[in-house]
Amino acid sequence: FFLSLLAEGMSWFRDRFSKAHIKKNKYKMLLTYIYECSLCLQKIQEDLNKQLLENLVGFLSRSHSDFQEKTTEWTCRMKFREIPTAALVLGVNVTDHDLTFRGLSGILQDNITPYVALLEAKDCPGIKNLMQKLMGQLMKCDIDVDSLEDEDCVQVSQNRIRCSMSSLISWYESVKKKTDSETPSKKRNSSSRHWQSPPVVVIFKDMESFTTKVLQDFIVISSQHIHELPLVLIFGIATSPMIIHRLLPHSVSSLLCIELFQSLSCKEHLSTIIDKLLLTSQFPFKVGEKVLQVLINIFLYHDFSVQNFIKGFQLCIVEHFYSQPLSVLCCQLVDTKKRACSLSHDQCENIRKLQVLSWLKRLKEETVKLLEDLHVYHENYVLILRCLHVFTSSLPKYPLGKQIRELHCACLENRVWETEEYESSLQLARMLNKTDLVTMLQQCVEILMSSSGKEFDKTSEKLKEFLTQFQNLEAEASQEQDMSVLSQKELQKKTDLYHLQKTLLELKESRRSKKLTKFEMLRFEVVDYIDSLVRKYLIPADDRTLHEVVYFNTASVLREHLNAAPRTALHTALNNPHWYLKNQALKCDGGGISNKAPDICIAYKLHLECGRLINLVDWLEAFSTVVMAAEEPNADAASSDQVDDTIHARFIRAISELELLGFIKPSKQKTDHVARLTWGGC
Amino acid sequence: ITNYSVQRQHFSFPSIFIYGHTSSGKTYVMQTLLSTLQLPHVFVNCVEYFTSRLLLEEILIKLQSCSGTEQTSPVRCDSLNDFVRLFKQAVASQELQDQTLYIVLDRAEQLREMEANILPAFLRLQELTDTNVTVVLLSEIVWELFRPNTGCFEPFTIYFPDYSIGHLQKILTQNHPPEYSADFYAAYINILLGVFYMVCRDLKELRHLAALNFAKYCEPVVRGEANERDTRKLWKNIEPHLKKAMQTVYLREISSSQWERLQHDGGEPGQLKGLSAHTHVELPYYSKFLLIAAYLASYNPVRTDKRFFLKHHGKIRKTNFMKKHEKTSNHLLGPKPFPLDRLLAILYSIVDERVAPTANIFSQITSLVTLQLLSMVGQNDQLDGPRYKCTVSLDFIRAVAR
Repeated sequence: FFLSLLAEGMSWFRDRFSKAHIKKNKYKMLLTYIYECSLCLQKIQEDLNKQLLENLVGFLSRSHSDFQEKTTEWTCRMKFREIPTAALVLGVNVTDHDLTFRGLSGILQDNITPYVALLEAKDCPGIKNLMQKLMGQLMKCDIDVDSLEDEDCVQVSQNRIRCSMSSLISWYESVKKKTDSETPSKKRNSSSRHWQSPPVVVIFKDMESFTTKVLQDFIVISSQHIHELPLVLIFGIATSPMIIHRLLPHSVSSLLCIELFQSLSCKEHLSTIIDKLLLTSQFPFKVGEKVLQVLINIFLYHDFSVQNFIKGFQLCIVEHFYSQPLSVLCCQLVDTKKRACSLSHDQCENIRKLQVLSWLKRLKEETVKLLEDLHVYHENYVLILRCLHVFTSSLPKYPLGKQIRELHCACLENRVWETEEYESSLQLARMLNKTDLVTMLQQCVEILMSSSGKEFDKTSEKLKEFLTQFQNLEAEASQEQDMSVLSQKELQKKTDLYHLQKTLLELKESRRSKKLTKFEMLRFEVVDYIDSLVRKYLIPADDRTLHEVVYFNTASVLREHLNAAPRTALHTALNNPHWYLKNQALKCDGGGISNKAPDICIAYKLHLECGRLINLVDWLEAFSTVVMAAEEPNADAASSDQVDDTIHARFIRAISELELLGFIKPSKQKTDHVARLTWGGC
Repeated sequence: ITNYSVQRQHFSFPSIFIYGHTSSGKTYVMQTLLSTLQLPHVFVNCVEYFTSRLLLEEILIKLQSCSGTEQTSPVRCDSLNDFVRLFKQAVASQELQDQTLYIVLDRAEQLREMEANILPAFLRLQELTDTNVTVVLLSEIVWELFRPNTGCFEPFTIYFPDYSIGHLQKILTQNHPPEYSADFYAAYINILLGVFYMVCRDLKELRHLAALNFAKYCEPVVRGEANERDTRKLWKNIEPHLKKAMQTVYLREISSSQWERLQHDGGEPGQLKGLSAHTHVELPYYSKFLLIAAYLASYNPVRTDKRFFLKHHGKIRKTNFMKKHEKTSNHLLGPKPFPLDRLLAILYSIVDERVAPTANIFSQITSLVTLQLLSMVGQNDQLDGPRYKCTVSLDFIRAVAR
């Protein structure tokens, strides 16, 4: 699926590449790179949906087994047989649902039943269309299972004419019989996956868009035949499960046995993807702060769609490989040497431009070394970033953000230790209590131990040392408490007021200076140590040499591609045609109207000055004045009161074009007037 | 009904219309009557056969298998004319001429939505086919709502009154579980009706509820804490439970299987959140503002926009500001449609930073429409300035605005 998404982009990219005569191997590299990424993403997505899908499969396997086992029992006979229904709340990111449903139906077909139908509201305006669609999907899936028998297909096409529940039931009976009569060996094979009478699963992809009547009719019909056709419904819900009550009256919803399932929120989904795709040294390609910000903003502000985020990320990859000549070197560490050796002279020149000093001879070796350094820097960066996140994510009010992506952006942007937010979070960290601090340190040690490199052996040693110190402190504290108890006993002995006061003061002082300072000092030490780590490892990538090789930083390109503004573009085109046409003659200064501009631009500019209702005659006069301005003044004088026919025709054409673009419409309020559809003048 | 069909070979009344509330026994009585008297009949549900063609074909197919168990062959019947012809043939071939044939159409209110000639034709099918046939229509609504403008043959109408509480009790007690006595079960049904009779008189639903909660009722008896006649103790045990059931499982807030599992594990129903508890909808940043802007546009008159959203709006005389009809709460009047540009203008003024009118914003409006949070008014041309309505409630918008 992921690859198919890319297909369009790739073909466009291929065209651009062939035109640019860039080496084939770069293109090949890109392909393999994207393929690796997509594999990784697929795995992430499968893991994320796993829990939800398992729950659903459990529900489905429960749903009809009850009735199969104990049909004789009194309660089962008395109970009204409801249609098992799963209400699947998926969140408002509708674009991502497709993938979830595809995964779901795949898993259902593997584990539970071959009979799964996916229905969409736009295909089912009436109950008739719904039944047609349903039967088409179910009967075709049957053909897929045993495509050997040609007679079957004929029968199906005949059946199709009558699309009613009864024919669906007779189809189900026949299919069931067929699977029963299969050879025992084959049967064993299939029964391990499906049961004797597998349920028929009908998925309503977008519950909100279905009309009430269609849903009601379908539920009423199928509830009458639930004994013959074990149906299970799945409602895909984007908003909230309240929609079920809104769409179905009680008489219909009482036919259903609804259970709720909730998918992972899309924000968590995004966090996982960023975690696995960006905060890892597995993939050499990285995005800069601005670019990441653009991608995250589109996600949070506009669509919540993880798919769109991934598409944007892919665009970054493609754009990077296309526009950055040094992207040849953006590859796994093992290949770096080979790539560096095969650098052409031009490419070396490019590198030389980036570096301040370099001899051409040793350039290649140095490049390899620098790239290796960069790789190590990344590994360290990610580890320390995670450690810092452990601290910042538990501070009150989250001065550096709750999510690791926010922290990542802050660190990429500039030296994080120079920001005010960092300063305030350090202050807050100095006020943490002991239990929190200890658990955080433990988490940090775990993170550091998980790395394979030896870089952080010392650091984790140091952190462990802190931990033992804290433990010692605890022991000391308990001792001290004993001491204080003792002294209190002493206190009771003495009766002299002066002595009492003195000892109390001493006690107070000792408590403040001794017991608290020890802990506080240690706490200061820990925070300072973390601070030193941050200063050492979380240097923004822009400061590293050759970061251009792996970092994609041109956010403006991305913004242009992903955040199109049609209204603004249209206004620019009409208001300032020079912007797009690049014709020097059209360049106009200030607010003046050039008569060389296309007619529609002139008409548009004139209409900007009008109110909500525009008098056509006035508009025409203004139009002709502008158009005639360049022509000889004496000719102008001759036909001052009569507008030229050609100009009239040009005007008519221009305003009809404006009408087509949706700027004006004919008005019934006044004759010879049109109404403006955009505001501005009023 | 039996009065009208004393002798099988006699012609009976052409059409009978039976109506009454949900589960007042219309279908059940008809079915039992026809099958115990072994009268030839065809029983069709009009909801299931949603087009006239499907309906007519189904009647013919059922007719073929009516007397014997011969193999049915597919029939094609496109119009009522065909139906009458094929019907005559079928009756002749099944040798049913000498006795009354009954065609029962359940949920007959659906007939009104088919072609205009279907209902009048069924009412006088006897005359049209010239055979001994009676059409019985079963419906939940009164005949007055059926009568077409052009007039038609008036059927004989029979009303099925609702079951009284006594009836319900008798019927429900009839199928008691084999391991307990009828009296014990009758006492249980009494308690059940005491709780549910106010809200639900649907026999099917009551029977379902009775089956769901019976295990809980028996609990003290099974554990030996009370004997079967200890009604007061049993009542104390079951009453709060049933009340909870009324708020949850009866409204389908939680499903009956979940309810049973809860009962089995002895958990509190409070742990399981019902469907209505999940009202929170997470929306993207700008979608939230769009929705709020839409709500403001729907419930505020256009005149007040200037006052609410402009910084220097000038003074407004308070006395004349509100017109008389506007004094009723706008929330009682429901949302009013507004044009797209007004929505955007309000959006620009309520969002602090500058919002670029990008394609993303417009697609967000469309996706709000598909999520049914906004609705488009009048499916006219997009170029002509689309108009929307905000369909969410005040509580919802409060939650979004928080």
